[in-house]
Amino acid sequence: MPFKRYVEIGRIALVNYGKDYGKLVVIVDVIDQNRALVDSPDMVRGQMNFKRLTLTDIKIDIKRVPNKKTLIAAMEAADVKNKWENSSWGRKLIVQKKRASLNDFDRFKIMLAKIKKAGVVRQELAKLKKETA
Amino acid sequence: MTYRSSRFLPFPPPFESAEQEDHCQYSEGRRPMAPKDRKPHVSRNPDLIRGVGKYSRSKMYHKRGLWAIKAKNGGAFPKHEKKAVAAAPAEKPPKFYPADDVKKPLVNKRKARPTKLRASITPGTVLIILAGRFKGKRVVFLKQLTSGLLLVTGPFKINGVPLRRVNQAYVIATSTKVDISGVNVEKFDDKYFGKKVEKKKKKGEGEFFEAEKEEKNTLPQDKKDDQKTVDAALIASIEAVPDLKSYLGARFSLKAGMKPHELVF
Repeated sequence: MPFKRYVEIGRIALVNYGKDYGKLVVIVDVIDQNRALVDSPDMVRGQMNFKRLTLTDIKIDIKRVPNKKTLIAAMEAADVKNKWENSSWGRKLIVQKKRASLNDFDRFKIMLAKIKKAGVVRQELAKLKKETA
Repeated sequence: MTYRSSRFLPFPPPFESAEQEDHCQYSEGRRPMAPKDRKPHVSRNPDLIRGVGKYSRSKMYHKRGLWAIKAKNGGAFPKHEKKAVAAAPAEKPPKFYPADDVKKPLVNKRKARPTKLRASITPGTVLIILAGRFKGKRVVFLKQLTSGLLLVTGPFKINGVPLRRVNQAYVIATSTKVDISGVNVEKFDDKYFGKKVEKKKKKGEGEFFEAEKEEKNTLPQDKKDDQKTVDAALIASIEAVPDLKSYLGARFSLKAGMKPHELVF
């Protein structure tokens, strides 16, 4: 089982600990064995320990430590935002966020919708059972 | 003694004649300030750091213009005569001294303030009642009464909660709001909900048991009518929102996996 996601310049990673938890960042340089220089359109470029990062599949084409303008342009070119939001990992995170922000009324409406859906499914199942029986 | 040039005066010099006052283009700002008009004066001596002012004592003396006040008064600071103090009436020595020292109660300067209403609770908010007969019921908030309690209604037809008072502490405020503009809650106050004072009956043994049975449980008709009028407008605005009626009819409960400190209400 070889590795598929490597730490390289341009690798997009997800921050999994700390002040910027949940953000997507670009690895812009490697400082030493443990730390990377990391940048993102909405944060000041800074160092981060690799343990705080989880690598993703997405990679963009940049040179070592680009300036902010170039970085943003490269991210647009590679369409990072859409790729992330359409990936199953990205979609999962969006759903988790949505669930956490649900109102009490929203949870009630979801409960009604689930019951309705289950009712429809059960009806179809009953129909199919009747046909085969 | 002459004034120094008016550039250095702390306040504009007074007019010497009525004509001067009329001709002066700034006289509008010069009318004698009534006690109500005065703006609170900011300190003339700004702090360099806390406890240390920018100007020395002599500089401050000059800035306050005490020299000008003295000059106006002919070299000495103007003095008032002391108000004559009326001679206190002669007190007789008391006839009776208590044997032990009498304790005075401690001074209590606390003022009762109206209960602060949580910012999340506004008229029309759906509240979840947490204790009492109606625990778990979702209920519409109408207004805060003067005692601090919250006036709340089911509406009665939807979940059986009548017009009722509830304590803010036993309530979760959700972020769901109902439109309450058609409802008039002016007439409800704490007296409306107080216990009715019963007339004292004379104790006659035979009457005693019969009298008790009569007084139970009849809610006066005017209270029922109040409930109906309040609820009529409310139910109309509730039915405008889909699912809101069944939401208010259902009770809230914690299910598996729900963490109250992580739930958004």
